[in-house]
Amino acid sequence: MTMSDLNLTNLIFGRLSLDAIPYHEPILIGTFAGVALGGIAFLAAMFYFRLWGPFWRNWVTSIDHKKIGIMYMVLGIIMLLRGFADALMMRAQQAMAFGDNPGFLPPHHFDQVFTAHGTIMIFFVAMPLVTGLMNYVVPLQIGARDVSFPFLNNFSFWMTTFGAMLTMASLFIGEFGKTGWLAFPPLSGIAASPDVGVDYYIWSLQVAGVGTTLSGVNLLATIIKMRAPGMSMMKMPVFTWTALCTNALIVATFPILTITLAMLSLDRIAGFNFFTNELGGNPMLYVNLIWIWGHPEVYILILPVFGVFSEIVSTFSGKRLFGYTSMVYATVVITVLSYLVWLHHFFTMGSGASVNSFFGITTMIISIPTGAKIFNWLFTMYKGRIRFTVPMMWTVGFMLTFVIGGMTGVMLAVPPADFVLHNSLFLIAHFHNVIIGGVVFGLFAGINYWFPKAFGYTLNEFWGKVSFWCWLVGFWVAFTPLYIMGFMGVTRRMNHFDDPSLQIYFIVAALGALIIAAGIGAFLVQLFVSFMNRDKLRDVTGDPWNGRTLEWATSSPPPDYNFAFTPVVHDSDSWSDMKANQYQRPLKGFVDIHMPKNTGAGFIISALAFAFGFAMVWSMWLPAALSFAAMLVAIIVHTFNYKRDFYIKADEVNRTEEAHTRLLESHV
Amino acid sequence: MIPPIVRRGLLLAPLLWLAGCDTVVLNPSGDIAAQQAHLVVVSTLLMLLIIVPVMFLICLFAWRYRKSNTSAEYKPDWDHSTKLELLIWGAPLLIIIVLGLITWIYTHLLDPYRPLSRLDENRPIAAGVKPLEVQVVAMDWKWVFIYPEQGIATVNELVTPIDVPVRFHMTSTSVMNAFYIPALAGMVYTMPSMDTQLNAVMNKVGVYDGFSANYSGAGFSDMRFKYHGVSQADFDAWVAKTKSSTTVLNRTEALALEKPTIKHPIMHYGTVDNGIYDLILNRCVAEGSVCINTQMHQDATRIKAAAAAKNLPKDVCEPAVAATAQPTRKE
Repeated sequence: MTMSDLNLTNLIFGRLSLDAIPYHEPILIGTFAGVALGGIAFLAAMFYFRLWGPFWRNWVTSIDHKKIGIMYMVLGIIMLLRGFADALMMRAQQAMAFGDNPGFLPPHHFDQVFTAHGTIMIFFVAMPLVTGLMNYVVPLQIGARDVSFPFLNNFSFWMTTFGAMLTMASLFIGEFGKTGWLAFPPLSGIAASPDVGVDYYIWSLQVAGVGTTLSGVNLLATIIKMRAPGMSMMKMPVFTWTALCTNALIVATFPILTITLAMLSLDRIAGFNFFTNELGGNPMLYVNLIWIWGHPEVYILILPVFGVFSEIVSTFSGKRLFGYTSMVYATVVITVLSYLVWLHHFFTMGSGASVNSFFGITTMIISIPTGAKIFNWLFTMYKGRIRFTVPMMWTVGFMLTFVIGGMTGVMLAVPPADFVLHNSLFLIAHFHNVIIGGVVFGLFAGINYWFPKAFGYTLNEFWGKVSFWCWLVGFWVAFTPLYIMGFMGVTRRMNHFDDPSLQIYFIVAALGALIIAAGIGAFLVQLFVSFMNRDKLRDVTGDPWNGRTLEWATSSPPPDYNFAFTPVVHDSDSWSDMKANQYQRPLKGFVDIHMPKNTGAGFIISALAFAFGFAMVWSMWLPAALSFAAMLVAIIVHTFNYKRDFYIKADEVNRTEEAHTRLLESHV
Repeated sequence: MIPPIVRRGLLLAPLLWLAGCDTVVLNPSGDIAAQQAHLVVVSTLLMLLIIVPVMFLICLFAWRYRKSNTSAEYKPDWDHSTKLELLIWGAPLLIIIVLGLITWIYTHLLDPYRPLSRLDENRPIAAGVKPLEVQVVAMDWKWVFIYPEQGIATVNELVTPIDVPVRFHMTSTSVMNAFYIPALAGMVYTMPSMDTQLNAVMNKVGVYDGFSANYSGAGFSDMRFKYHGVSQADFDAWVAKTKSSTTVLNRTEALALEKPTIKHPIMHYGTVDNGIYDLILNRCVAEGSVCINTQMHQDATRIKAAAAAKNLPKDVCEPAVAATAQPTRKE
C-alpha cells in the first residue's frame, strides 16, 4: 500500500464499492429478492405478533443448553437448505454442460458453488447439527443442570451463527472463494485469487472456529466435571463417550485450523510468504497443516453419530448394548488414530513410498475399531426385539450404506490404488457415502429419536419414513453413477464435459439429487404435520421409546433445571436400571435450585466479531480496528456483570414437578 | 421394508453395470496402471470377504429379531461374549494384516519415482536401458511437454513410443495440478518450484485422454490433451517432423506461454533452449531473476561461512547439501 492509498475513503471502505453487488447475475438477484422478501415478511410477522421481546429474552440471550441446542439444530437445518441448493445447481450444471452446451453456470459462478457447498455442508450444517445434539443431550445424559460454562455456550453458538452469516453475505456482497473447500495455496494465494472470495472463506471460518473451539472446551469440561454421582467413566452412556472424544478432538485440532488460516491471511494481506511459491514459501506446508486439522474433523463429525446409533440400536432392540467396553475402546482408538492418517489425502503429491505406506496402513488400521463398532451394533440387534421406528430405520439404513463407504475408503487407503482414484468422482462418492450415509443418516436418526424429549411430542412416523426412503434411495441413485464414473477416469470439480457418453450418468445422478430433495421436503413436512398434530403425538411420560439413559428420566420437554434432584447412577443404562429397580419419582422436599442467568453479551460480542470479519474481508481497516476495539470493550464490560445467577425457588420447582405428576397420572 | 434379498441384489447391481462400460481405470493399456487396477480389485475382494457376511447378517438379524416375530429368542441382558469379541476384532485385523502387507510391498514396487523393472508381466527390462525423458510443465491452463533428448517440445500433445519406459519430470508454473493419463499410470501432482516424477510405460498403440486431475482455476475443465502411444518408427518420424518446425521454446516464449489461456491450441517447437525446464522449476525464466536453487546455494554457503567464522560445529551445514544445489544459471 502506498501513501496515496491512505485516504479516509480507503480506510473506511477498503475494497468495497458498488461493483461488489452482483446485479448482473440473474440467479443471485433472484435469490436475493427471495431472501429479502422472505426476510421482510419474517420481520413484519415478528413485529405484528410482538415476538421480538420474547425472542430476545427466551432465545437470543438464553444460556440454557437445551435452547442453545435447539438453536444449533435450526441453524444447521437452514444452512442445509442453502448447501443443498448448491448441490442441486452443481448436479444440474453437470447434467447439461456437454459438448457445445456450456450449461447455465460459468466457471466464475460454478467454482464458487462447489466451494460454498463443501464449506457450508461441513462447517455450517454438519458441525452445528452435531454440536446441537451434543449440547442438548449430553447434560441430560449425565444428569447435569447445564454445561460447565453456560455463557460461553451462548457465545459459541452466536459466533458459529455469525460465521455462517458472513458466508451468506458473500452471496450478495462480493463473492465466495473459487478454490475448493480447503482453499489450497497457491490457488488461494493473493496472486491466483486476488478478490475477496478467499477472505470471506477465511473470516467466516475464523469467526465460527472460535465458537467451535470454545464449545469443545465447554463440553469437555462438562463431561469430565459434571457427571451425576455414581457415573464413573465406564458408566457413561456411549453417546456421552463419543461426545467426550469428539470434543477432545475439537480442542486439539481447531487451533490448527485457526493458525493455518491466520497464516494464509498473513500471506494475503501482509505479504508474508508461508505458503507462496517464492521466497522460501511452501504450499505443501499448508496442505499438511490443513489436513492435520481436516482428518480429525471427519471423526469429529462421525464419532457423535456413532454414539447416536449406539443409543438407538440398544433402545429399539430392547437390549443392553453389546460390548460396551469394546465400544468405548474402539472410540478412543479411533480418536487417537485419527491424528495419524492425514497424509492419505495427498499420497499423489510425491511423498516417498515408505511415508505413503505408513499412512496407508494407519488408515486401514482405523477400519478395525470401526468394524468392531458395526459388529457391536449387529450383535446388539441379535436376540433383541427390534421395533422399526423411524430412528431404527435410519440406523439399519446407515449400517448397510456405511459398510460400503468404509470399503471404498480402505480401497483409497492403498496408495497405488489411490493414485488412480484420487480426485476422481469415486472419491466424491466415497466421502459422500460416509458423510451422508454416516453423519447425515445419524443426525436424522438422532433428530427423530430426541425430538419428543425436546418438544414434548413425537414426530409423525409416515413422513419420517417417506423422508428416510427418499434419502436412502436418492443417495444410491445420486452416487452410484459417481462411483462408476470414477472408474472411467472422470475427475471432480469439472464445469463441463466433452465426452457425450457420460451425460446419462450425470442425468441419473441429478435424479438422485432430486429424490434426496424430496427427502428433505418430506422432513420439513414431517416437522409441520407433527406440529399440527402435536396434541395427538404428545409424550406425557417423558420416556416415549422405553429409553435406557438418564435423559428419559425427566419430563418432555425437561424443566429449565433438568432434574429436581440430581440422580444417582449405578449402571451404564442408568434409566433402565432405575426402572428395573422400581424407581420412585421424588414428590416433595424440593429445594431452591441455583441457575445461571441469561445475558445478551454473547450475541453482542459475536455481532461485533461479524462486523470485524466483514471489515477484514474488504480491507476496511478503520471499521476493522473500531469493531475489534468495541469487541474488547464488550468483553471487558461483560466481566463486570456480577448478576450472573439466580435461584429457582422451591415453590416453583414444586409447582413444576406437581404439574408433571398430574400429567403422568392422567395417562396411566 | 424391502425384503433383504432384494436389497442385497440392488447393492450388487452396480457391479454388473461396471462390466458394460468404458472403465479405463480398471482396463488400462499401460503396465503401471494395470497393476494399480489389479490392486483396486484385490483390495475390494479382500474386503468383500467381511463386508458381504456383515451385510447379510444385518439383514438377517433385522428380519429375524423384528418385534412381531415373537418366536425368536429374546435376551435383553446379553451384552458380552469373549469369543465374539475375539472374532469381531480378530477377523478384520487379519484382513488388514494381509492388506497392509500388500500395501507395503506394492506401494514400494509401484512408487512413481522407482525406475521400471518390466515392460509388462512377461518382459523384464534389461539392465542399462535408459528411459525416455519427458519434462512436463502445467501452466494456466495447458500442458507443455519438453523432450530434452530430442530437443523438441509440444503444447497439449504428448507422444511416446510403446514398450519404452518413460520418465516424466513434472512441475507447474503458478498453481497445483495433477498429471493424469488413466490409461497409462496413476496421477502425480505438478507443483510450482517442486519437481515430481513418474515412471511408466505404455503397452498398446492408441490415442488416450490426459488431463489435470486437480482443480486449478477457471480453465481447469479444458486442461486436457491427447496422449498418443505410437510405435518406435512412428515416434521417430514424429520427432523428425516436429524438429523441422522453426518455432523455438526459449525464455521469451516460455514467459508468453505462461499467461493464462483456455483451450490452448496444440503447438510444436522444433528447438528448445537447453535447461528451460530447470529455469521454470526454479522460477527464473525472466532474465535477471535469481533461481531458487542458486539462492538456496548462496544461503547455504553464507550460513556455512558464518558458522565457520563463529567456530560452530561442522554438522550445521553438510557439504552434501550445497553440492546438490548446483546453480543452473550463470550469474
